[in-house]
Amino acid sequence: MAHVSNYNLDQKFDFTASLKKSILIVLGIGVLLFVAGVILSLVGGGHHDEAADAGGHAFHWYQRVFANLWINNVYFTGIAVIGVFFFAIQYAAQAGWSAGLLRVMISLGNWLPIAGVLMIVVFFIANHDLFHWTHSYLFDKNDPHYDKIIDGKGGFFYWPMEKGSFPIFYIIRMVAFFGIWVFFFNKLKNLSFAEDNLSGAHDWSNIRKWSAIFLILFAVSSSISAWDWVMSIDTHWFSTMFGWYVFASWFVAGLSVITLITLYLKGKGYLEMVNENHIHDLGKFVFAFSIFWTYIWFSQFLLIYYANIPEESVYFVERLQSDVYSPFIFVNLVLNFVLPFLVLMTRDAKRHGIFLKVVCSLIILGHWFDFFLMVQPGTLGHNGGFGLMEIGMLLIYGSAFAFVVFKSLAGKNLVAKNHPMLEESYHHHI
Amino acid sequence: MERDKNFVLGVFDDEDVLLDAIAKVRGNGVKIHEVYSPFPVHGIDDVLGYKRSKLPIAAFLFGLLGTTLALTMQFYMMKFDWPMIIGGKDHAAFPDFIPVTFELTVLLAAFGMCGVFFVSSNLKPWAQPRIFDLRITDDKHVVAIDLATNAGLGEEKIGDILKSSGASEVNKKSFE
Repeated sequence: MAHVSNYNLDQKFDFTASLKKSILIVLGIGVLLFVAGVILSLVGGGHHDEAADAGGHAFHWYQRVFANLWINNVYFTGIAVIGVFFFAIQYAAQAGWSAGLLRVMISLGNWLPIAGVLMIVVFFIANHDLFHWTHSYLFDKNDPHYDKIIDGKGGFFYWPMEKGSFPIFYIIRMVAFFGIWVFFFNKLKNLSFAEDNLSGAHDWSNIRKWSAIFLILFAVSSSISAWDWVMSIDTHWFSTMFGWYVFASWFVAGLSVITLITLYLKGKGYLEMVNENHIHDLGKFVFAFSIFWTYIWFSQFLLIYYANIPEESVYFVERLQSDVYSPFIFVNLVLNFVLPFLVLMTRDAKRHGIFLKVVCSLIILGHWFDFFLMVQPGTLGHNGGFGLMEIGMLLIYGSAFAFVVFKSLAGKNLVAKNHPMLEESYHHHI
Repeated sequence: MERDKNFVLGVFDDEDVLLDAIAKVRGNGVKIHEVYSPFPVHGIDDVLGYKRSKLPIAAFLFGLLGTTLALTMQFYMMKFDWPMIIGGKDHAAFPDFIPVTFELTVLLAAFGMCGVFFVSSNLKPWAQPRIFDLRITDDKHVVAIDLATNAGLGEEKIGDILKSSGASEVNKKSFE
């Protein structure tokens, strides 16, 4: 059947003053809560003596700030790179349905350069407070704190330099991964916008080629970055599923952000050609990958729980048997599995924006809790927790991220108007 | 007149003509019994005004049954019938039960859904298929209209509506 499709493909997003104002208000609330959290932890810093007994270090309020910075660094880096990853997937899979959503996906990548700078700066400021392996005494055989296991893993951080000196290999990886991600983000974005001035499939094939290369590199770099930035916090412990686990968490969060931005733009009258069928597919992705995340989470948990080898199960002992963290294990599972599974199961829930808006917002919060549970127990122990500082820092990062993404969307075409599969996307019907 | 016995059949050569014809026929107040086609026609359920299938609900309920059965079975076996200590865990070690629960949920949901589908679409093993026109397995689309449910219109009027909507033939078919 023939359809007439007179969509306005030249619509440009207007980053209105009122939206800017709302984002800045959230940022302001975040700063206030964060400062209040810092003051509270300064006043109520009664944990000093216990911590000194337990770990040999006194606990300082700024350690919690660093841990929060790190949680959000890793989390929002992931959301940003997932935007680029999902964009690349559309090309590699020759997907037609998503042609109208490509600009939303790639816009998330604009956070990457900022995330890279933040990550490196925070690492240099906070290295000893976040990563146990950065202490040089662990590698000194004459020191009473010498740690044979960490010494054995030292090459992964310090090669080719002497263990315990400067973690050159670690830094090179961090810089290289951000370099690769930012390079491919720029490459794909520029090619996609260059397509607006031309027609034909040449640019599409070109983007497809670059996407394929990016996907291969991302497969390796996302996994290794998960070991580097998250798993190495618990230096003794390891899990062969960790790369997938972090990726799954990033992916669901990224998909939720893409869905929310799409729904927001749609609600403001942009993206005319995106209808409930496209929203339905995004909802399916969120639903399916929430289950995928659960599968990975549970696979990691079950094997460790079942085998019950102390060096492995310590990871879950630290979390499940802690007054601070054990409730959040269940918050994590409810927000990231039970809720999306039950709410998004029906077709109607995936086709009507209101369900997706609620569920996606809660999923974004839920996967923040996932990273909270990965980072805080290993860095802060029983001095951690979910308080004003955490809420404030999440709001600061979230609003900064939203500002960067909306700023990048402003003033440019919201739809890749010469995409060869745009027509297919109009007729997407499920 | 008895239901489900006497039919007027509109034979169509082209699925685009068919889709428009179905809309026209229904617009004239004719109730369509069923449309047979050799391949899936995109959008035909919309023009026929079919409501969405309730199959997902059946799948969900069968899945729920699988979950319940699996958990009941494992708790009964492991906690009451023959308690065993495995790997130093509790008798009723909930995480151990998840894989079996998952598998049985999927199994019952899939089998239940297939069973419900076969029964509801008359593909059950003991069903007697009625062949309206042999060419529906080859290259013709057939719109079957039950005369009994359209008693007010009459055979000739229905035939005219079908013809004017683009049917290449209009036939009559009766079953015992």
